[in-house]
Amino acid sequence: MRRPLRWFVAALVLARAVKPRREQRPPRERIIPAEAPSPRAELVVAALLLGSAAAAVLAIVAYAAQWSTQAFGGPLAGALALLAAAFIVAAEHLVVTEELEEEYPPDEHPEAEDDLSALVRESGDRITRKGLIGGAAAVAGTAMGAALVTPALSMGPALNTSLLNESPWHRGRALVDEFGKPLRADDIEQGAFYTAFPHGAVRMDIASPLILIRLEQSLIHERRAWAPEGILAFSKICTHAGCAIALYRNPKFGLTQPSHALVCPCHYSTFDPTQAGKVLFGPAGRPLPQLPLRIAPDRTLQAAGELSGPPGPSWWGVRRP
Amino acid sequence: LSTGPRLGEQLFAGNCVRCHGIAGRGVTRAGDNGSLGPPLHGVGALAADFYLRTGYMPLADAHDQPTRSRPSFSDAQIKAIVGYVASLGGGPPIPRPDKSSGDIGRGRELFTEHCAGCHQVVGEGGILPGAKAPPLSRATDVQIAQAVRIGPYVMPKFSTRDISDSDLNSIIAYVDYAKNPTDAGGWGINHLGPFPEGMITWLIAIPLLLVTCRLIGKKARR
Repeated sequence: MRRPLRWFVAALVLARAVKPRREQRPPRERIIPAEAPSPRAELVVAALLLGSAAAAVLAIVAYAAQWSTQAFGGPLAGALALLAAAFIVAAEHLVVTEELEEEYPPDEHPEAEDDLSALVRESGDRITRKGLIGGAAAVAGTAMGAALVTPALSMGPALNTSLLNESPWHRGRALVDEFGKPLRADDIEQGAFYTAFPHGAVRMDIASPLILIRLEQSLIHERRAWAPEGILAFSKICTHAGCAIALYRNPKFGLTQPSHALVCPCHYSTFDPTQAGKVLFGPAGRPLPQLPLRIAPDRTLQAAGELSGPPGPSWWGVRRP
Repeated sequence: LSTGPRLGEQLFAGNCVRCHGIAGRGVTRAGDNGSLGPPLHGVGALAADFYLRTGYMPLADAHDQPTRSRPSFSDAQIKAIVGYVASLGGGPPIPRPDKSSGDIGRGRELFTEHCAGCHQVVGEGGILPGAKAPPLSRATDVQIAQAVRIGPYVMPKFSTRDISDSDLNSIIAYVDYAKNPTDAGGWGINHLGPFPEGMITWLIAIPLLLVTCRLIGKKARR
């Protein structure tokens, strides 16, 4: 134990001896006026810095001892606050500050400025048909601007809206569930709701997903032929902003409870499945597209035609019927 | 009051028959007192137990949405009425969920998919066109299992094909967890999600910092 200590002292003495002496320079005149030292402020700064260190150590302890998140974050915040306080005290009382204003220099060559404006004016003298050149430049600018804006057309079909009617749903297309299993009429129970996709088509297509429910046939007021055994299929995409219709208002006793409705959770657009998807409430501007269904001889569900309208969100009235 | 099987029938006659009809046949045409109610044949012990223990029934006005309140009957009385309703026409028994066999993570997934649209992701409840989705903070395990199967009021119902019994256990485990979630960050801000949290950062924390900076700067300039 003693030996390393002796080595350490020896190394210290040696380092001091070896260190080259600083050359004595002639004293320079100070740039910043000297101010009296402030031992009290120094003490305060040192105390704040040490306090910050202590708080930081406490945070480490809190982490190691797995105290609460707040027991870690609190001391850490305290450490930062004490550090900031130390900087503020140091800036206020230890570091010399002064404010300097620099004057804007006066014009050195006023005649050169006149020359410059004359130069600009006279360089244009050569152009005789200023209107022609200016007009051509305006045409170039306009055309260039139009060329830059044109790609915005890719954001959506503005001219050819028939694209919006395209969907994988055609007569005879089978309905499958999310795992690709064919949906059978007997799978669809009253009171529950289901998501269906077209068999053998791209699911990501906005026209693909359907919401399926089953109602008492006597409740269906419109398009009863589209709903064999009371099974109804609508586009799952809200006609307002394109969210998925994920809520089904399913009264158990129609005489005292609000009617059956398909509801979009985003802005609460509410559609009536018994009246061809009519909007009952909310910002949607047009009914929810409905798909006519039929039940194949093997009891699986199939589309009996096309969707009643373009599926997906509406904008600028493009998809209004 | 008598006891045994007669008690349930008597209580039913005294409290339920006005809307649910004699022998639970339902009242589908409004009479002089305006009472209406669905028939109870086949709803089983499951539904009767749910509606009575949540205090949903009896309902003061048949057109109101039932809300959670103190049950109107004692435990023994509820058992008697439930037994009577079950005797009217079969139906499912009271479920016996076991949340200890459920998985909270899987439950969160299922809850997000099936329930959060109305009840919010931590079961705080919400408002819908025409109805309120109740908070789940006081729902018992059995009541959650019952509600999923019957879909009280205008809630959709979920069969065992949509949500299996083991998935239901996971959902219950998650709802139970969500009643008192561990708020590692400290203040949960009522578990309303990331938007209020961002609002608090922008509207409270950042202005506070700006004011502090300004005060420090003013002082230093002198």
